[in-house]
Amino acid sequence: MFAVRAYFDHAATSPMQADVLAAYTAELTRVGNPSALHADGQAARMRLEAAREELAELAGAGSPSEVLFTSGGTEADNIAVQGLWRARNAQAARPRLLVSAVEHPAVLETAEALAARGAELAILPVDSAGVLDLAALEAELADSAERTALISVMAANNEVGALQPIARAAELARAHGVPLHIDAVQAFGQVPLDFSALGAAAMSITAHKLGGPVGVGALLLARDAEVAPVQFGGGQERAVRSGTLDVAGAVAFAAAARAACADRPQRTAALAALRDRLIAGIEAAVPQARLSGPAGPGRLPGSVHMVFPGCEADSLLFGFDAAGFDTSAGSACAAGVNRPSSVLLAMGMSETDARSAQRFTLGPTTTGAEVDALIAAVPGVVAQARAAGMVSAEPAWRAASAERPATPTGAVGR
Amino acid sequence: MRVLAAMSGGVDSAVAAARAADAGHEVVGVHLALNRMPGTLRTGSRGCCTIEDSRDAARVAGMIGIPFYVWDFSERFKEDVVDDFIAEYSQGRTPNPCMRCNERIKFAALLDRALALGFDAVATGHYAEVVRTPAGSPELHRGHDMNKDQSYVLGVLTGPQLEHCLFPIGASAAKAEVRAEAAERGFPVASKPDSYDICFVPDGDTKAWLADKIPMRPGLIRDEDGAVLGEHEGAMSFTVGQRRGLSLERPAVDGRPRYVTGVDARSNTVTVGGRAALFVDALTGIRTSWCGEPPADLGRGEGAAIECEVQIRAHSEPVPARAWLGACESEPPASEFDVPAVRPAGQLLHVRTAEPLTGVAPGQTMVLYRGTRVLGQATIDRTARWEEGGAAPAQQPEPAGAGAALD
Repeated sequence: MFAVRAYFDHAATSPMQADVLAAYTAELTRVGNPSALHADGQAARMRLEAAREELAELAGAGSPSEVLFTSGGTEADNIAVQGLWRARNAQAARPRLLVSAVEHPAVLETAEALAARGAELAILPVDSAGVLDLAALEAELADSAERTALISVMAANNEVGALQPIARAAELARAHGVPLHIDAVQAFGQVPLDFSALGAAAMSITAHKLGGPVGVGALLLARDAEVAPVQFGGGQERAVRSGTLDVAGAVAFAAAARAACADRPQRTAALAALRDRLIAGIEAAVPQARLSGPAGPGRLPGSVHMVFPGCEADSLLFGFDAAGFDTSAGSACAAGVNRPSSVLLAMGMSETDARSAQRFTLGPTTTGAEVDALIAAVPGVVAQARAAGMVSAEPAWRAASAERPATPTGAVGR
Repeated sequence: MRVLAAMSGGVDSAVAAARAADAGHEVVGVHLALNRMPGTLRTGSRGCCTIEDSRDAARVAGMIGIPFYVWDFSERFKEDVVDDFIAEYSQGRTPNPCMRCNERIKFAALLDRALALGFDAVATGHYAEVVRTPAGSPELHRGHDMNKDQSYVLGVLTGPQLEHCLFPIGASAAKAEVRAEAAERGFPVASKPDSYDICFVPDGDTKAWLADKIPMRPGLIRDEDGAVLGEHEGAMSFTVGQRRGLSLERPAVDGRPRYVTGVDARSNTVTVGGRAALFVDALTGIRTSWCGEPPADLGRGEGAAIECEVQIRAHSEPVPARAWLGACESEPPASEFDVPAVRPAGQLLHVRTAEPLTGVAPGQTMVLYRGTRVLGQATIDRTARWEEGGAAPAQQPEPAGAGAALD
């Protein structure tokens, strides 16, 4: 049914390029637990440490010891948020936890879970473009910095692509002596990030968003950051993260990060040009369509997020999929159901508009021809989705009976 | 044809989708997310609506090789089925939420969207058949397996809806045949248990679930003569015909079991009586609809009655009956033989059964059949006692809930 496909879901996961795949598979053929003491173990350790050093350099860590390998972004976020909160609130003196309203569920749900166990959770508001309200952060810190365990703010939002003022947030955090965790899962490889220069306590990154394998990520953790482990075992990574280390994953992660960061200015400029071409093309094709998040330099170079009023996101996704385009309806829950995104609602969007969104994310494999093909498909898909209507609106059969006065049965009145 | 297969994650809809694909249709599978907060794993005899069920449906779609999506109809489902269910119960009525779901979700909201997205039909795993008359109009007939026949819950479909319905397993001889076919196709759902419970009542305890939603007011249980026999915790948790859970203080004079014979939501009174008091032979229905063309010989008034069978529950025996149209209570008829195609109209349907029925509760649906063909349906609004000689329903005192229903 789908002859040609074009992939516009790089923010969900981005394909592995040939050189990364080669590094990954070559490593998979080698044996040796890097924690073992024999020759093969030591050799594995060398390759792992080389990967760690490379990632440390690419992410601006002060030393390789500040890179802790994890199973991915979610685990890194959990260690940072839970670990910092537990360590800093050990005496129950710093129960507060400040997170932005547009954090990924890996941070937000973790914070909510801590709130259920006694944390005082403060959700920091964002503006209509999805950008953190720094004044609100400042006010929170002025009010209760001494009772605050940590701040967690993402570097770039995964849904609308809004870049966050992490440098300013880090300054405020430092001035008040509160550790800052940055969820940089979407941003790493796409925007310049210098962990040391930012002065944050922790930063989460992951491999598969920039063309590495799924299942490996890292937490950058400052030398002086105090973190309680969230799972227990052999204590392989700085006694904070336990579990046998994934050498192949680490090597491939480093290779993918190297490729993403190598000529980043040129690559991201090209990507941003394609992004802007897509935005302009959609806006020209569907005048009612509205871009969500910041325009221009304030957004991730590969991120396009549009609201198509009157169209159910499910119908849009179906139409694009049938036309051969992989897109995203926004945030997907475990059942794969489209729900009005909490990010969009936090931006002040109506529930109806939040149900009418579609995300298109571009990456290194995206071509101008694919962008043009997508633009060409937009009017048809949108017209069809609009005809299918919103689930919340009146169904056609009910409208057809409008000339008859309805006879409500019971109190609901329908 | 382009066919949208509704896939619950159960075995019937799995085989239905596979058969539609085998028949050469271009099939897309869709699982309807009907619950805002779906459970993670299936429990008990619920056959849908958890994430596990959605995954089952996705797995089967993958094996068939068709695209698959989960569409969120939870908001519509809550308004049109769950809220309606609660409202009906709070009026002392006994609704059938599965019929409401067919009427308003599967063959309305979903069908509307399917047609708009370029599909020609919606396929489901119901045991029922759509048969074309020589003139080409669709008729709904019972499934071949009378034990599994689901034509009753499809009785709410109208001709225009039937035009776009596909029931690929309706002609199957038995459920066992469908299971065997699922196993043969390698579907992991082949041995998944049948579902019986209401999908949105998590543990099957409807009474406890309702108690949470409807403020319960204690009230009195009276006998047919008005004498107080006991107290109840809330009238709406009782259903006509119910015998258990009455906890009466005094035994009946004749020592026989007593049953709920009436539930009056307004006075919060539950009336009980002997089994004989449950027998009814005259039913009056509202919100009448016809499954395709209405019977040509049907008219207004008892003189223009048709011979048919009436069925009052999904798996009860049909009984011979006569049916005719009554007046339009809420609005003047548009024409002499005005037959509404849509539900919320005041056209009354009167039915007189050849033998008495028991346990008929207002809010239940009566489906009219002629042989295997489904003629149409109406929601039972009031009943008349068999003993009373079957006076014309229109002359009966207005029972509880009718006022609200006919405002």
